[in-house]
Amino acid sequence: MNTGNKQPQLAICILEEQTQLTLADLCRACAVHEAQIIELVDVGVLEPLGREQARWRFGGASLHRARMALRLQRGLDMDLAGVALALELLDEIASLRARLRAMGGEY
Amino acid sequence: MEFKDYYKIMGVARDATQDEIKRSYRKLARKYHPDVSKEANAEARFKELGEAYEVLKDAEKRAAYDQLGANWKGGQEFRPPPDWNAGFEFSGGGFTGGDAADYSDFFASLFGRDFRVGGGGGAPFHAKGEDHHAKVLIDLEDTYQGATRTITLRVPGVNAQGHVITRERVLNVTIPKGIREGQHIRLSGQGSAGMGEGQTGDLYLQVEFRAHPLYRVDGRDLYLDLPVAPWEAALGATVKVPTLGGIVELKIPEGSGSGRKLRLKGRGIPGDSPGDCYVILAIALPPADTEAAKDLYRKMAQQLNFNPRAKIGV
Repeated sequence: MNTGNKQPQLAICILEEQTQLTLADLCRACAVHEAQIIELVDVGVLEPLGREQARWRFGGASLHRARMALRLQRGLDMDLAGVALALELLDEIASLRARLRAMGGEY
Repeated sequence: MEFKDYYKIMGVARDATQDEIKRSYRKLARKYHPDVSKEANAEARFKELGEAYEVLKDAEKRAAYDQLGANWKGGQEFRPPPDWNAGFEFSGGGFTGGDAADYSDFFASLFGRDFRVGGGGGAPFHAKGEDHHAKVLIDLEDTYQGATRTITLRVPGVNAQGHVITRERVLNVTIPKGIREGQHIRLSGQGSAGMGEGQTGDLYLQVEFRAHPLYRVDGRDLYLDLPVAPWEAALGATVKVPTLGGIVELKIPEGSGSGRKLRLKGRGIPGDSPGDCYVILAIALPPADTEAAKDLYRKMAQQLNFNPRAKIGV
């Protein structure tokens, strides 16, 4: 153990690139029941690798996508089809804004 | 504490119907939802709105709130009247939407706080601790070289007397080389402590770049405006270009125009498939501030048969 003000070595990784999550990981990180994550997979908001549910592996980016989907669902009282559409449109807006910014425009 | 004008927050009159309140709430919720809104204070507005709706949608809470009278103004110093709550019986059901822990002191003084009791008796309870989420602002150079940054997090907690306090927590974080804007650094075991024998939660830091004086960023790629002299663009030249990895030489092809995009392959954000650096040419005109310079411009005007507006027909 380190002493005094020294910081212990932190275990660090880039979530989106170096992490895979199981269904249970995702449920815990989002504090929801399995059924809610499965619904997000059913509407295509999350796309796990692996055919059977027991073998599902989610990319690291799924964690924030799922959290955002759940926030939209609760905060705006949306159904899941609406959430899926909103996420697609938000992705598109984000990529257009990034391109606009790269061109030197305001957004 | 400050009085909160829930009607004003909701954008409705004091005599608004429940339907009007609901409609207004839904409209404003879409406007200020932090995942959708680009308003700078969206998160605070959304919370405030949730709190206002919690009161106004509920006939009992609304009636109790109305009893305070119409003379209060938002932001005014407020103490609940001594006979507050007399004659009102809250039938429970109490807290529904949102995260009641976020409600203001004003709300808490009127309606109490909903302290959720975790665990409960019986069998020993184990659960992994909560994850924490925060943002970290870094420089573009940090992702190019990798860097160590000291970040200070404000962590709400409860002290021994049961008061809600904010502690500061300092972490030395290694910024992984090649991380891009919007990605998250995961620090395992740096969230809340678990319950029972449960594991400690994790800390997620969402990366944002500070605006860079030279480069604009799109994913892995960088964009740089490069000023060039008219003769460099017209005749071609090899010029120096600053990149994150140092100065490199770039060949400008003969006959280049303003806005031409040239690619420096692999000179963007590093990674397994590194990004590129796009150089956008911007022709800079030499000032005609001496007789000699004016003469050169006059010569061009006489000797070049050039109409810059030929394409627009004049």
